[in-house]
Amino acid sequence: MAIKTPIYMDYHATTPVDPRVLDAMLPYFNEKFGNAASRSHVYGWTAEEAVSTSREKIAALIGASNPKEIVFTSGATEADNMAIKGVAEFYKDKGNHIITTVIEHKAILDTCKRLEKEGCEVTYLPVDAEGMVSAESVAKAITDKTILVSVMLANNEVGTVQPIAEIGKITRARGVLFHSDAVQGIGKVPFNVETMNVDLASITAHKMYGPKGIGALYVRRSKPRVRITAQMDGGGHEFGMRSGTLNVPGIVGFGRAAEIMLAEGAEEAKRLLDLREHLRNRLVTALESVNLNGSYEHRLPGNLNVSFSFVEGEAMLMAIKDVCVSSGSACTSASLEPSYVLHAMGIGDDLAHSSIRFGLGRFNTLEEVDFVADLVISKVKGLREMSPLYEMHKEGIDLSTVQWAAH
Amino acid sequence: MAYSEKVIEHYENPRNVGTLDKSDDQVGTGLVGAPACGDVMRLQIKVGDDGRIEDAKFKTFGCGSAIASSSLATEWLKGKTVDEAATIKNSMIATELNLPPVKIHCSVLAEDAIKSAIADFRSKQAAKKSLAGA
Repeated sequence: MAIKTPIYMDYHATTPVDPRVLDAMLPYFNEKFGNAASRSHVYGWTAEEAVSTSREKIAALIGASNPKEIVFTSGATEADNMAIKGVAEFYKDKGNHIITTVIEHKAILDTCKRLEKEGCEVTYLPVDAEGMVSAESVAKAITDKTILVSVMLANNEVGTVQPIAEIGKITRARGVLFHSDAVQGIGKVPFNVETMNVDLASITAHKMYGPKGIGALYVRRSKPRVRITAQMDGGGHEFGMRSGTLNVPGIVGFGRAAEIMLAEGAEEAKRLLDLREHLRNRLVTALESVNLNGSYEHRLPGNLNVSFSFVEGEAMLMAIKDVCVSSGSACTSASLEPSYVLHAMGIGDDLAHSSIRFGLGRFNTLEEVDFVADLVISKVKGLREMSPLYEMHKEGIDLSTVQWAAH
Repeated sequence: MAYSEKVIEHYENPRNVGTLDKSDDQVGTGLVGAPACGDVMRLQIKVGDDGRIEDAKFKTFGCGSAIASSSLATEWLKGKTVDEAATIKNSMIATELNLPPVKIHCSVLAEDAIKSAIADFRSKQAAKKSLAGA
């Protein structure tokens, strides 16, 4: 079978809309186009029913006991903002301390930074060398002013899966609300808001083969009932938590994507794990000095984040130009700072600059993986021939002892 | 990230990748940058008895623009005298390669590498002279 280029292996950044999801959405653009809040005619009722059905499907995916616990948003960034700012505002008489981790997505970190300016105290828990936060450190950080703990389900860069159930046990016992940004892990690793004692969770459609621009915040209704101050006013939609006319086609797509993920996710995770391991084995067998960033065991099945020593990440991306992946190198970021996640894990800047993230997904095939492996192996070898660091390494020089003339 | 055609050209067909004999006293070696910064360039020049650079080689750990900057530098160095080589400015490299603002520092590093190689060559020559008791 001929390989079609470019080959997409950046499924952590976004995913294509599954054809089945697109089919489900289309009628809602210009046939069943009603506003779900139009209570007085069939267009509105049809839209409302579609939204209601999607709520149920999404609730089922995350193990929520009540579909009304699904509050639709424009995406996970908005859901993260709503969760943190909404809880901080509503519970401000109870306390002003929030606990999170250093490897969260910017939607969490930047929101916390804003709240710090407005008088909240935030503890950013460190992670270990594999990018894991310890439940114990969460327990130690909780004070009588703590109103929220926010820990992501799985990290988007290195794929490390966090001990959500363990943390949930602690927060439940201490009476502190627990939010999880579950964007990367939903459907790929176990996640259940009931059994894991999660009170708020952010999810988005475009990471699970649904459309961009639609996400949801799970807000627990019982044991305990969680309240948040709305961040978007005007009409009182979504149980008063998020005003704004609902994106019905997006919601329908989101629901269908969730339904597919619930039915096929476990099987798919196994297949992705096999593909990922095949890629990893091919690379480490053919090349020396390949470092796996993150945990081998507690990892998203499709994630492979590796550093190819002596070769810079952006040069690699240029070399494998028909393969779409990403890098933790400073050169690939707008700010020219290397990845803060890798930095938090204690991975040196030199290895951060050499890191490549492969994110495998639903539509990748074994042929594609082999093609990519061949290409990466040959390009790494070529770039190493051009690298003064590789030459020095071959001569037996310990690069960590060299005095560099940095500019 | 859109690269200029020239950067892509140099990156896909780099000129003068390689190593000259460091111990040769006609060879000047410049090693600049740091792995922690994501940019390391090693640039070497071999100077003939007529004072002209007869060969130049480079190896770079860095992005496409860094590789292109050092490749271009070696092209320009060949045939110049050492004094002429010292007049190569990063702005000339940046202009030739159409480097965007975020990549200007790659051309700066290339200029540093040239100057470092020249300085090494000159210090070797000075050492040779003093040994010869001139």
